[in-house]
Amino acid sequence: MAKIRGAIVVDTEKCKGCEVCVVSCPFGVIALAQEVNGKGYRYAYMHQPDACTGCISCALVCPDSVITVYKVKIAAAASE
Amino acid sequence: MVAEIIKPENIAYAKSKVLTDAPMHYCPGCSHGTVHKILAEVIEDLGIQDKTIGITPVGCAVLLYSYLDIDWVEAAHGRAPAVATGIKRANPDMHVLAYQGDGDLAAIGTGEIIHACNRGENITVIFINNGIYGMTGGQMAPTTLVGMKTATTPQGRQVDINGYPFKVSEIMAQLPGTSYVTRQAVHTPGAVRQAKKALKKAVEKAYAGKGTSFVEFVATCSSGWKLSPTEANRWMTENMLPFYPLGDLKDN
Amino acid sequence: MSELRLMKGNEVIAEAAIRCGCDAYFGYPITPQSEVMETLMELRPWETTGMVALQAESEVASINMVYGAASTGKRAMTSSSSPGISLMAEGLSYLAGAELPCLVVNVSRGGPGLGTIQPSQADYFMATKGGGHGDFHLIVLAPSSVQEMHDFVFLAFDLAFKYRNPAMILADGVIGQMMEKVKLLDPRPRRTREEVLRDTGSWAATGKSNRPRNIITSVELDPAKHEKFNQKLQVKYAEMREKEVRYEELLCDDAEYLIAAYGISARIGQKAVELLRAEGVKVGLFRPITLYPFPTVQVAARAKQLKGILCVELSAGQMIEDVRLSVGSSLPVAHFGRNGGVIHSPNEVVEAMRQVFEF
Repeated sequence: MAKIRGAIVVDTEKCKGCEVCVVSCPFGVIALAQEVNGKGYRYAYMHQPDACTGCISCALVCPDSVITVYKVKIAAAASE
Repeated sequence: MVAEIIKPENIAYAKSKVLTDAPMHYCPGCSHGTVHKILAEVIEDLGIQDKTIGITPVGCAVLLYSYLDIDWVEAAHGRAPAVATGIKRANPDMHVLAYQGDGDLAAIGTGEIIHACNRGENITVIFINNGIYGMTGGQMAPTTLVGMKTATTPQGRQVDINGYPFKVSEIMAQLPGTSYVTRQAVHTPGAVRQAKKALKKAVEKAYAGKGTSFVEFVATCSSGWKLSPTEANRWMTENMLPFYPLGDLKDN
Repeated sequence: MSELRLMKGNEVIAEAAIRCGCDAYFGYPITPQSEVMETLMELRPWETTGMVALQAESEVASINMVYGAASTGKRAMTSSSSPGISLMAEGLSYLAGAELPCLVVNVSRGGPGLGTIQPSQADYFMATKGGGHGDFHLIVLAPSSVQEMHDFVFLAFDLAFKYRNPAMILADGVIGQMMEKVKLLDPRPRRTREEVLRDTGSWAATGKSNRPRNIITSVELDPAKHEKFNQKLQVKYAEMREKEVRYEELLCDDAEYLIAAYGISARIGQKAVELLRAEGVKVGLFRPITLYPFPTVQVAARAKQLKGILCVELSAGQMIEDVRLSVGSSLPVAHFGRNGGVIHSPNEVVEAMRQVFEF
């Protein structure tokens, strides 16, 4: 059975750490970093990358359009 | 593993090409940015970037013209529907959209919006309702809920002093010139999907000359409400949405 | 082939608008200029030239509709009378701040407040000194005949587009309401989309295609940049003052005294000059045609031979300030004028000349 795997890339310098993506992620993938960006915001990052399905929920609610979402189907054998 | 997923051919979502690279000046979590995003996506999807002239308001979205790569006209406070009328009447082939907040549209610009909608100008109006004046520091708006604290109603809005919150979309739906009136929000992924669909329909109808499309977005203002962005979304769901329910009010 | 007609000043504004290739008129009824929009609605230019004519819900909406149409490089105009022009002050400031060309016609009446529907020239300050917030000027043309009401519609649009600046025709209730013979200019077609793009494509919001987006705005939050922008406006106004001054002199060559007047007061002043000349008084008439830019240099040059100037206006004295600024304290400059809707007679002007200059 094929498995869906996803990943996000956050434009960390433009992220304002609003956390809207964090609560919108159905799989708890995203958290705010302990470090801050150039503007002093704790930016979003993939805290649990393995749980990402590329569902784009985070990107949909991101007010600053800083999240790009990638998604790939992986054959069951290859994922083991 | 992640590195193998992050390849151009695997992109599932990327920001619209109609959005510029300028960082938005809004506060963290502001609904304006999310509405800008879906507006850009609708313009891109419909292929009308070169046919669209937008009108920016006075208020937090005054610099909206920095963020969408289309031609823009900045209007005086409240006058966007009149400016849109002038543009559309003189350029009937163009898609004209006016973007306004609740202070701009529902207070100082009440006359302009009612008459533009009543004439049935073939324009799209986007109305951001967060129940507060964001830019000037969180004062009471016509749409401020009863009991809601703002800089000019520090004890909460009282009807005997400040009157009642103004349900704008309900009024617009009664005007014969509007063809599509809907109330949306962008606080959850589902709401964003729904809102984009509605906005696309609004733009298509106005551009096709069916009359005025009026799209209200119930929105947050975390700074004005003095809440975190996620708390603001929760507060909106619990307080704003019961009074300003989401959905289509009119679809002719 | 030009055409001769007997027309009212207000009617000819509408006729000239269509003939000069105007794209859009937006207006709101107010006495004494309602015939402008009524004539347009009668003539139905949308069926001939394609010009839009729309009755707006207010003067505020009218001027902002003009702002919208002008933003797209179109020839847009409105007309109103004094209280309505007050309501347009905000829009005029935004038009000047966004450097948009347009035409605003003010067929003025007596104020302040609701005032009177009778003629007046008490809007000189409002027209020439800004009439809205910020450091800006309108190009202001003052017709003194129905013919000039016609001609200045063409001229105002030409100047407005040349300088990317709003232009105003400052008329009065007399010129708006009176009928005279007019020679109508041949119709000039409305510009095609290609011509609009050619002439205004570098700045107008015409739809972004194959170029960076155009943004019409007057907001600039960086003080240094905003100062630069204001300086640029001032350079533009200086160029207008240098190149666009228009005026008329009558019997000034040997004049010892001058009547300075514009619009309907210049017509009355002309008769007063004739009456005084018949008595042997060497008096001439100086008529500013552009109130902004004001013919400062020309008044000053003429003043060298004079013993005094009487400014005749249907106001408590407004243009007189520009005349005084032009000539300084080199000679007596006095005011005469009725106001509140009362119109002075040539004999009253003659009497005022006698009293002021004691001849």
